[in-house]
Amino acid sequence: MSAISSAWKRLPWWVEPMTVVLVLSAFGLYSFVAIALFPGEFRQFVSPFYSPEVPLPNWMPGFVTAPMLVLWIPLGFRATCYYYRKAYYRAFFFDPPACKTGVQQKMDRFWAGKNAAEGYRGERALFVWNNIHRYFLYASIIVVLFLWYEAFRTLLGPQGFQVSVGSLLWFLNIVLLSAYTFSCHSFRHLIGGNKDCYSCLRGGNARRKTYNFVSRLNLQHPQWAWLSLFSLLATDLYLRLLQTGVITDFVIIPFGG
Amino acid sequence: MDRDAANDKSMSSKAHAPVANEDLGKSGGTAKLKIFRGDAEGGREVDYEIPLVEGMVILDAVLGIQAEQAPDLAVRWNCKAAHCGSCSAEINGKPALLCKSRVDEYDGEIHVGPMRAFPVIKDLVSDVSWNYEVSKGIKPFQSDEQAPFTMYEEDVERLYEPKKCIECFMCQDVCHVLRTHHKHAEFAGPRFFVRNQWLEMHPMDNQERLHDLKEDNGLGYCNITKCCTEVCPVGIKITDNSIIPLKERVADEYYDPAKWLMRKIRGR
Repeated sequence: MSAISSAWKRLPWWVEPMTVVLVLSAFGLYSFVAIALFPGEFRQFVSPFYSPEVPLPNWMPGFVTAPMLVLWIPLGFRATCYYYRKAYYRAFFFDPPACKTGVQQKMDRFWAGKNAAEGYRGERALFVWNNIHRYFLYASIIVVLFLWYEAFRTLLGPQGFQVSVGSLLWFLNIVLLSAYTFSCHSFRHLIGGNKDCYSCLRGGNARRKTYNFVSRLNLQHPQWAWLSLFSLLATDLYLRLLQTGVITDFVIIPFGG
Repeated sequence: MDRDAANDKSMSSKAHAPVANEDLGKSGGTAKLKIFRGDAEGGREVDYEIPLVEGMVILDAVLGIQAEQAPDLAVRWNCKAAHCGSCSAEINGKPALLCKSRVDEYDGEIHVGPMRAFPVIKDLVSDVSWNYEVSKGIKPFQSDEQAPFTMYEEDVERLYEPKKCIECFMCQDVCHVLRTHHKHAEFAGPRFFVRNQWLEMHPMDNQERLHDLKEDNGLGYCNITKCCTEVCPVGIKITDNSIIPLKERVADEYYDPAKWLMRKIRGR
């Protein structure tokens, strides 16, 4: 792992931002096409993009599909996430693209005019909206609960209770999504980061221990962010392969019928 | 006794000298350095070559060059043990402590220059006094109680990390808000967010700093791209453990409508 990490660090500076641009763009395109054009269910499996299932009101324009009424929550959560902010400021805005002098040098970016360097506003203008990250966190926790329900629902196959490859994939996905959601910096703040004195609180020691646990989880927040993104993709792809009959879901432990 | 005193004196003077070749043994090769020579008016990189010694750090090489080839080469240094934060400079365009960077970690020519977020005085020495002015503007620690305080480990464990800071100002140098966007007048920089975090989270402190952080110290300019964390020589997770917690506290106070409503209801 450390060999991969040191090899990654030796790559030219532009490899990391370009990789982020490619992966996030590809994921955005894939998920948009999937929810806009295709159904998201197959037997007991529901794609994580389609959960929770909400009814689509009749007055909605035709291009709006049911998952779009929910997906703005995880999308907003990721868009305002402290880790993804780092990733897209570096990759999409090149501000800064990397930490070296030559790369960081004053750039008159074409979209910002000649005074780009002095006109920098950081998160004081449009991006001040990133401060509502905590509200996306609260809503995402509800979505995560639904995804746990969907993961357990995959255990109920046509012949009763069973454990299949699909179920394991759904559980892996929700574990990674939960790790990503509960390692969030806003959650860390909510759970204890906003307090200066634990010994002054009732139940302060439990709160401190929870804060320290979340802090340990938070150390890997970027990894959880990427792994959960890939697991979402893998889970949805698995469902598409089942839908098209390319594969069948292999039952590992058949308890039922 | 006299001989011991003489030995002590000899040892202490040697501790601050460049590593001599005979002490460590030559490894055979040479190190090629391109060192910035100039001042605030401008300058250029000058090529130097010095015998490579096993275990040599960049500061050894620079001091060797100063001793043998360029006696007018300016470099600031003190402890040579990564504790004082004096020998901060840029190696191959990235801030680093000269005394903590081994020559054999770098391939090919090594470019050494001063920290560019601050005015250059001469060669590798930058004028970092702006940082001390920023420091004066931060509300100092103040408590309702008289020291010595009774504090519990669970309340102060978060304060150890920010106290590790050696004020090398490399995080300030690498921060694009200062280096690229020149927001020195409106932005305190990562070092002072670390200091503010220590003060803000101190259980005995009673000062209100969130308004200053938002308005005077320009916390909102930080877009959390983590260059400061990457270069910190003592491993402080500046972004995750100082800046983001402060941003969250500022969000509590200024950007959270539910908290704003609760404050109104409670009459705060």
